[in-house]
Parts: sequence; C-alpha cells; structure tokens
Amino acid sequence: MTNGAARRVPEAAPEAVSCAHCSLPVAPADVTGSAPFFCCAGCRSVYEIVHAAGLTGYYAHQEQGRAVAARAATAGRKYQELDDASFQAQHCRIEASGDQAVELLLEGVHCSACVWLVERVGRVVPGVTSSRLDLSRNVVALTWDGARTQLSAIARGLESLGYPAHAVGESATALTRARDRDLLLRLGCAGAAAGNVMLMAFALYSGAFSGMEASYQALFRWASLAIATPTVFWAGAVFLRGGWAALRTRTPHMDLPVSVGILAGYAGGAINTVTGRGEIYFDSLCTLIFLLLVGRYLQHSHHRRSSSQSELLLALAPQTAHLSEGNAERDVPAGSVEPRATVRVGAGERIPVDGVVTRGSASIDTSLLSGEPMPVEAQVSDRVYAGTTCQSGEIWLRVESAGTETRLGRLMATVETTQRRRAPIVRLADRVAGHFVVGILVVAALTLGTWLHLDPAHAVDHMVALLVVTCPCALGMATPLAVSVALGRAAKLGVLFKGGEFMEELAKPGLIVFDKTGTLTLGQPELVAWLGDVAWQAPLRAVEAQSGHPLARSIQRAFPANDLPIEALQELPRGGITAKVAGEQLLVGSPALVAERLGRLPGWAEKLVQTHADAGRTPVLVAAGGAVRAVAAFGDTIRPEARASLQRLAQLGFRFHILSGDHQSVVDRVALELGVPIDDARGGQTPEAKLERVAALRREKQRVIMVGDGVNDAAAMAAATVGIAVHGGAETCLRAADVFATRGGLAPILEAVEGSRRTLAAIRRGIVISLTYNLAGVALAVLGVLSPLVAAVMMPLSSISVVSLALRAKTFEREET
Amino acid sequence: MSIIFLILPITLLLSLGAVAAFWWATGGGQFDDLKTPAVRALHDPISPSQVRRAKRSQS
Repeated sequence: MTNGAARRVPEAAPEAVSCAHCSLPVAPADVTGSAPFFCCAGCRSVYEIVHAAGLTGYYAHQEQGRAVAARAATAGRKYQELDDASFQAQHCRIEASGDQAVELLLEGVHCSACVWLVERVGRVVPGVTSSRLDLSRNVVALTWDGARTQLSAIARGLESLGYPAHAVGESATALTRARDRDLLLRLGCAGAAAGNVMLMAFALYSGAFSGMEASYQALFRWASLAIATPTVFWAGAVFLRGGWAALRTRTPHMDLPVSVGILAGYAGGAINTVTGRGEIYFDSLCTLIFLLLVGRYLQHSHHRRSSSQSELLLALAPQTAHLSEGNAERDVPAGSVEPRATVRVGAGERIPVDGVVTRGSASIDTSLLSGEPMPVEAQVSDRVYAGTTCQSGEIWLRVESAGTETRLGRLMATVETTQRRRAPIVRLADRVAGHFVVGILVVAALTLGTWLHLDPAHAVDHMVALLVVTCPCALGMATPLAVSVALGRAAKLGVLFKGGEFMEELAKPGLIVFDKTGTLTLGQPELVAWLGDVAWQAPLRAVEAQSGHPLARSIQRAFPANDLPIEALQELPRGGITAKVAGEQLLVGSPALVAERLGRLPGWAEKLVQTHADAGRTPVLVAAGGAVRAVAAFGDTIRPEARASLQRLAQLGFRFHILSGDHQSVVDRVALELGVPIDDARGGQTPEAKLERVAALRREKQRVIMVGDGVNDAAAMAAATVGIAVHGGAETCLRAADVFATRGGLAPILEAVEGSRRTLAAIRRGIVISLTYNLAGVALAVLGVLSPLVAAVMMPLSSISVVSLALRAKTFEREET
Repeated sequence: MSIIFLILPITLLLSLGAVAAFWWATGGGQFDDLKTPAVRALHDPISPSQVRRAKRSQS
C-alpha cells in the first residue's frame, strides 16, 4: 500500500528525521526500520489513508504553500451520535437533488493543502457528493447520498484524514450568515448611494458659486432626495432602530444622537426640496450612513471571528457516551442517556455522565471540577462525575444523571443565570453619547430660540445645520475601529476578547482574583524536596521512565535519563511501581502503600511524610532491600514569570486575591512568595464559595477580574466584572470567560491589561478629536455661518483623521522579552 | 444642457443595475467566504494529472 509512498520520502540522516505526514521532527526512538517515519500513530494512519485513496497531491500542495506543521489529531471516535434522528432533525437538511446536506466544524484545518484534502473526502468515503471547506470559519459544507453512506461514516473519514468533526455552533448557523449578508448589502447600497448623491452635490455646489438654472437645480435636488430616501430608511434603519431602542430603554447609546442627526437632516432636506429653497443635506447624510455602516461591519466581523474561535474550543468537549446493552455497545449523545443505564468509559476518555462505578477501576483526573492536578483512584461503588477524565483503566458506570442534571450541568446552569443577571457594561462611547445628545438638543433649542428673534426665516435652517454637523460620525466610528483593530491584534498574540467592552473594563485598575492552581502555579506536580542518598535517583529515574503517572513524569523531568536495565516491572494500585534495577528490588509509592509492603515506616520517614503532608506537598517513598531509602516530596511550583507579572500589574494599580481549592497552607506559601496579602489568600474554596466571595466583592462596588482555568472557577468568572480563562483551561470554563488566552502563563494577562489600557487611550483620543470637530461645527452653526459645503467637507475630514488614528494606534504588541 | 434631463435618469438606472448585481452576488453567497476560493483556484488545474500519477505510482 505504501510502496509509492516510501519513494517520495527523502532518505534523511537519522539525527534529522521529520515526520512524513506533518514534517515535525520524529523522536529518535521511533526511527526504526525503513522510511517513511512518523512522529505519532495519528500521522501514520492519516498518511496511509491518504495514499490508499490516491490523494498524495496533498503533500504536493503542502510543499507549495506555507505548510503549517501540525500533528494529525485523531481520537478514534465513532460519531454514531451524528446519525441520531434528533441531531439530523436539528442540523441536516434535504437538498433539491435528494441528497442530504450538513455543515460541520473541523479541527485542524489551517492551510491550502487542507482545503484540497477535505474537498476530496469523497475518495475516502464513497457517497459524498460534494464537500466545500470554508477556511475562515473552519466549516465544511457536505452533501451526501443517504442511500450510500451515513454521516457517521463521513465524519470517521474526515477524522481518518486528520480532521475531527464537530457539530457547528451558533456562529456558523444560517441565521448568522443571513445577518452578515444583510449588513454587507446595506453597506454596499449605502456606498453606491453616497457616491451618486455626492456627484450631484458637486454639481449643486458649483452651481451655487457660478449660477445655475432653477430647473437643473430642482432636478438634482429631487434626484438626491430619491436616492437618499431608501438610504436613510433602509440602510440607515440599523441606526434608527438602535436609537429608538435606546430611547425606549433609557440607556445611553451612540445610535441616539446619530438618529437625531439623520432624521433632522432628512426632514430639513426633504422640506427644502419640496419648497425649492434652503439647503439639502443628502450628500452628508448618505456619506454618514455609509461610514457608520463600515464601522458597524468591521465591529461585527471581528466579533464573529472571535466567537467562532471560541466555539471551536467549546466544541472539543465530547458529547458521546458508550452505552452498554448486554454485550452490544453503541454511541449515543451524552445528554440522552437514561438513569440506571450502563455506560463504559475507556482510558483517555472524558466521563460523559454522573454515576457509580459498577465494574473496573480507573485513575480519574478530576482537575476540571476540583482544579487540582493529582488523579484520584476510582473503584467499584465510587461516584464519578461528568467532565472528569479517565486517565488509565476502564470502568463501567451505572448512570445517575446525564446532561443538564449532572453536577457539571448544574454548575453551568449557575454560570448562565449569573451571566444573565450581570448588568451590562456601558461603554465609554455610549456614555459620552448619552451626555452628547442632551447637550446637542439644548444647544439646538437655544439656536432656534435665538434665531427666531434675529431672523425667523432662517431659524429652522440653522438648527437643522447644527443637528447635521454635530451628528457624531467620527464618534460613532472611533470606538468600533479602535476596538476592532485592537481585537485583531490581541487575537494574533493569543488573547481573545469576547467583546470590546471588556477591554474598556480591563483598562481600569481593580482587584484581580486568581485561582492558584494552573494560573499562578504550573498546575503540575514538580519534585520540590529529596531526602536520602542521591545514589537512588538514577534507579528511580529508570523505573519511572516506564510509567505515565503525573508524578513519574515529574521525576522524568527532574533527573537526567539513564539506561539502567530494568527487570520484572510491575505497576501497583494507587500509583505505586516496583521493579528490579541493578540487582536491587526497588519499590516506589505512597507512604500508605510502602508501609503496607514493609510492615512499618522508620520514625524519621514518618515524621518527614507528616511535615510534607502538612505543607500540602505529596510525599513519595523510595524503598529497596526492605528499608526506606529516600523521601521525595512533590508540590505545585509557582510559574517562573508570575512574580514579575504580578509586580507589573501592581504598578498599574491592581490588587490581588487568591481563591483556591487547595490546602490553606499551600495557598499561604504561594501568597507569601508572590507578595499577596495573607488575609486575601483563601484555600479550600468550593466553586460555590468562590462565586459567593466574588459576588460579595462586587457588592462592595469593586471592579473584580477573575482569572481561572477550571469549571470550579466558571461561576465566579461569570459573576466577576471580567472573567479571564487561561490556557489549558476546561472548555466549559471558556463559556463563562469574557477573555481567554490561548497561551499559558500570566504573560497574556499582563498583555491583555496593558493592551486594553492602550486601546482605551486610543478610544479617548478618537473621541476627543471628533468632539473637537463637532464643537467647531456647533460654533459655526450657532453663528449661522455654516454652509452645507463646509459641513460636507468637515465630516469626512473628521472621520478620516479618527480612522487613521485608530488604525495607527499601537495597542497590542508583543514586548521585547 | 437639457440633455442632462436624459442623462441623469440613465446614470441612475446604470447605478441601479450595479446595485442589483451586488444584491444578487451577496444573496448568492459570493462574499461569505473570501479566503478559501483564492486557495481553491490553485488546486483545480493540477488535480486530475496528480490523481493519475498517484495511481500509477501505487500500482
């Protein structure tokens, strides 16, 4: 099958072998036999399938383009849930040709070669009639012949090519697309109208200077009115509706002064057209609507991009359960499992339901719920929760609750209600607009009153001129543009904001509440103390090299690799391990396990174990020849950059709290080391306690920024002013987060804060400049010397200066490190 | 200059035609995805020969 394949792969020197599929380096241990070589089993299987289907063009395209090296992600899912009637009813539709059609979100598509491969999935799965990939949304539109294949087979085919498929979320629905198209359509038509009206305005202006026959003038004015009418009431309806909503709900909003200006200008212009005297403002109005729609469109598309990125992350949670029925097994959507049914969970899988173990045993990673990295052993009759991961072993569960009834589901429901109840953030531009509209109306009334005394014939004209010239075009564009640009730059740095308003909130100093594990600390155990003969370190390293336990991995990191021969290796329950190394029978395990095997522990070891346990560290004993030889202690270490990041944040005026699920003693130690006041560092916090604490701080009118990485922080994040999820966090916690970082560590948080400050400064600059233009306009209009020509020149001028300033503002840039 | 009474409506009709074309293109999804078609254009011409070559090399 791979004869032809082998020929394509360059025979590289053994020390620099790259994977035949993804071009990442291959570990020397995997370079055995003949080429091709692979970095992982996933790449090997994808490579074989690509060749079997005659799709080797993929590699040609990869070489042509800028190939992004990425490991093939395969999880071996069956995707039977996609054939479920409820899924099909919700997501699929029947084409006119009788084929079925669906859109799926794909993981791992990133380049031109991916487009090529995904659109040829029909070669791997016969029955697929068409496949179109949208690279910007990571969505593939599939149609297939229902008689020849099933959706689950297509999804398996896509996964076998290295692109696991997921049901699409809200960002990719037809509804969102219809909204996108609608906005674009309004934008385009407003642009066309603005161009045409502007041309006629040129004729009118030159006519005003050099004289023009009344009949021509009337023609141009009536034509302008004809074009402006649909522009104002259809394209501009976006703003009129927004303005009306702002008026009805009595919330300040940018759309209100915009609507006042548009309507006043249109009414004045229309009356003057009919009466054949005075000024018309249609050129200014159409340009205004066009420019404002550009701002609106940019804001909208940036928002959609960031939400589709977050949905891809959210979609990664598996929604399938392996339902056991007698000897048969089938995959069903996790939410539809009935209580008392039996569900199997294999090694490496996420537990889909809450239940009690009836068979088997496993090591469970509960970090999603507890926030703590150490796995827990689950035996028969132990209760396990949805959202935790089965690290090793295999268990069968009797289902107690599924879907929204699980502990995870209820926690998420709390998150959603908290989020709904949260007061919306009033953005700076809208706040300014609130005062602005009042000010403008007062000045307009004064102008009208004054001119009624001085020159009643032109009083209304002067007032309309004032309302048009003060219509805050630049103000309406300044914020969306500055925010859009900043959002795009932040996303490139790996900081994703769900909205510009959170940027405004992050820019002001406040209280940052950290979850300790995984944010301030690395979230994985590291060797922190070793008491005993160092000669035992090498044999220990050799034995632990064979284990996948988290503590074994930290021993692998702590000591240099060696090649001591190992015999009779045996994994013991509760994470213990025993083997014969260099003639000695070595036993490694928890104090309880070692005590059980040796009879009893020597006094010094027992005392040491107690000390470490009190300090919140995990002690591990190394025994050989019937005696304890060494005590190793593991603890979660503070991130190397945490201290510097916190100092910088403190300089910017932030204060810190710690709320952790870990022992108080550990939290105290971390707080002490990072300079957080001990009183504000609380350990042993449940998710509910965290929520309560954050809510209490909020009631004290504090600006609270919650930084966390787990579901246990999600409710608190939702209650906070801004919730930040750090990298490696649970998908469910991203739902609650307003900002999330795709890189680990505290550096992205610092970048988010500093970038937000610069963005807010840019927004302020834009507002000041546009207000200056408006003020000049007001002065001219009140004096009655403002001609429509001046207004028509001033408005684009102010917009251009605000736009160029927003585009040039340095907001999010990686600092030299 | 009375020709302007004829020219202006014609101009507006032409503009209306452009707007209609834009309307049609937007409704047809021409602007939904601005990234992938650019990439796809590079693929099509080489794929059939590529397939034949790949098949030959396998047999």
